[in-house]
Amino acid sequence: MNDDLFGGDSSQWAFGTDFEDPLAGVDTTMVDDVVADDLALYCLGLADDALIMSQRLSEWCSRAPEMEDDVALANLALDLLGQARLLLARAAAASPSVVPVLPEGSPVPPEDALAFFRSAGQFRNVRLAEVPGGDFAHVIVRLLLFSVARRELLERLRGSRDQVLAAVAARGVKEVSYHRDWSARWFLVLARGTGESRRRLISALDELWPYQAELVRCGAVDLALADAGVGVDPTTYAGAVDAVLGEVFATSGVERPSRGPLAGVGGRLGRDGVHTEALSLLLAEMQVVARAHPRGRW
Amino acid sequence: MGEWPLYEVFVRSKRGLNHVHVGSLHAADDEAALRNARDVYTRRNEGVSIWVVRSDAITASSPDEKDSLFDPSGDKVYRHPTFYTIPGSVPHL
Amino acid sequence: MPGQADHQAHFDEVIARHDRIEPRDWMPDAYRRTLVRQIAQHAHSEIIGMQPEGNWISRAPSLRRKAILLAKVQDEAGHGLYLYSAAETLGVSRDDLVAMLLSGKQKYSSIFNYPTLSYADVGTIGWLVDGAAICNQVPLCRTSYGPYGRAMIRICKEESFHQRQGYELLMTMMRGTPEQRDMVQESVNRFWWPSLMMFGPPDESSPNTERSMAWGIKRNSNDDLRQKFVDMTVPQAQALGVSLPDPSLTWNADRGQHDFGQPDWDELFAVIRGDGPCNTQRLAHRRRAHEDGAWVREAASAFAAQEEPGHG
Repeated sequence: MNDDLFGGDSSQWAFGTDFEDPLAGVDTTMVDDVVADDLALYCLGLADDALIMSQRLSEWCSRAPEMEDDVALANLALDLLGQARLLLARAAAASPSVVPVLPEGSPVPPEDALAFFRSAGQFRNVRLAEVPGGDFAHVIVRLLLFSVARRELLERLRGSRDQVLAAVAARGVKEVSYHRDWSARWFLVLARGTGESRRRLISALDELWPYQAELVRCGAVDLALADAGVGVDPTTYAGAVDAVLGEVFATSGVERPSRGPLAGVGGRLGRDGVHTEALSLLLAEMQVVARAHPRGRW
Repeated sequence: MGEWPLYEVFVRSKRGLNHVHVGSLHAADDEAALRNARDVYTRRNEGVSIWVVRSDAITASSPDEKDSLFDPSGDKVYRHPTFYTIPGSVPHL
Repeated sequence: MPGQADHQAHFDEVIARHDRIEPRDWMPDAYRRTLVRQIAQHAHSEIIGMQPEGNWISRAPSLRRKAILLAKVQDEAGHGLYLYSAAETLGVSRDDLVAMLLSGKQKYSSIFNYPTLSYADVGTIGWLVDGAAICNQVPLCRTSYGPYGRAMIRICKEESFHQRQGYELLMTMMRGTPEQRDMVQESVNRFWWPSLMMFGPPDESSPNTERSMAWGIKRNSNDDLRQKFVDMTVPQAQALGVSLPDPSLTWNADRGQHDFGQPDWDELFAVIRGDGPCNTQRLAHRRRAHEDGAWVREAASAFAAQEEPGHG
């Protein structure tokens, strides 16, 4: 009967319930010709993208247009949260020096110390992830731009010499492919649905498009890890990302926005720890309980 | 414009088993129904197969006809209780 | 065609042998109305019940807890959906039911009109509120209406998981700092009496109980279930190391059950009337989500209409 599907086993949960060892069964040996801090920073970038996106998506819980969409949005947030947890754990293992120091005897695990005890300037996510939420069209556009790029990245990262990154990518590429298809479908529906839905969609696209270029920008860390066969140089998949987005726009009858990329500050962008004003507010909320109890057990 | 139509969802939980009715949901169209069914009724289980069909497309035998009314074996097409096992006891903790 | 009396006799016979009534069977109007009211109230409770816990998703203090809480609140959306579907087999639409929730014509469980004030409340809701819900719901797996019983089976399986995660959170916090232990006790103190109220008013002032039991819609009385819940919870509280805020709570060896005090029923009736701490806030949240989503639902319908053969 259906007991596999509906029984008490953990597989019925989107996230599973076996959280204790996020890297169980994977070879966690470090590749020896990579600078440990570079690997840690690379993992933090990928982790923070997922974590902050997940935080924004989960703001929709109990607010979706229909119950079915509420369940779907929570699944997306759970997938990204799972990716973030694995990647933060990998960053901590690669270089413990990136993990904030907590009081002696604190039971907080390193991945939680990274998520809840870093300040905004230490987060390395792209700014697209942190922009405050808008309407449902805003959710769809952000998710489309994000997941199209992340899917291309994860697909290539499956071949990483770092076994943990390869494993995270292999699992994540399936998840993010679904996110991409889900958001592309909604993009099409909103573009062709009603006059209002189209107007809202295009407005969200105009707002978010300037953040898109940051997703495919190559920084020094990306380049170093790509050279070592551990990471991926985003410029190698920028064309693929562009092609997918072009197809979605064409099918939906939406023109590619004309606005150029959002400038950084002195050339520094989200990956360099320079963010929008929204991130520290997001973190103030996300971290408030954890920071009030640095010795707390949860 | 009215509400999204109702769909019935059938899931094959494992190779070798039949698709069984697991419940219903609302969706604007078939493709959305399939995606919703995946999110609502399988929550990421790999290797399952899902059918969705609009509830108003199902033709069901009518228990109001005299024969089936008084015949306890008269079946329904969907929402059949034997699709489910009732747990002997659901543990409290 | 069989007449009304034949229908009624057949219905009575099915109920008498504890068999299930299915959607296309004949059923008395009052049975249908009672079921719609009860299932809808239950569905509304799941949907409104997302809010008190959802309040803490953004602030969950670990990644593991965030995932558990998000998955749990997601389950509640799923439960609401299963239950609305069960109600729809009785000939009402989800739109109608949602409209009755938003207009206040139909109620939801009063427990959700209490605020969540600390992260310990996430654990307490899992332990006490979901625990009370399970006591109410397990017998409903055998309810006489087939679709309702089947929805309840799915829900009970998931709810038992919910209760365990709540209890586990509290256990973990009790092994943490003194501040965390105080947080747990304070939360239990606040939620104990509202949890007892979840079983409804005492049997002597519960007008619908008798008929619902005769029809097999309800399988146990309010007071029986409340007693069962108290007896189940007392040893769990001891194992946890928290006290329950009822000075008259004692083991009665003669009865083989606990004696316990009465909740403040005036408060319950005030909350039911709409004067609870969060009634206005909960409904406003739901109404806003519904209204904000209208253009999306319309867009999807419009898109589907274009795609349909003959309309494109």
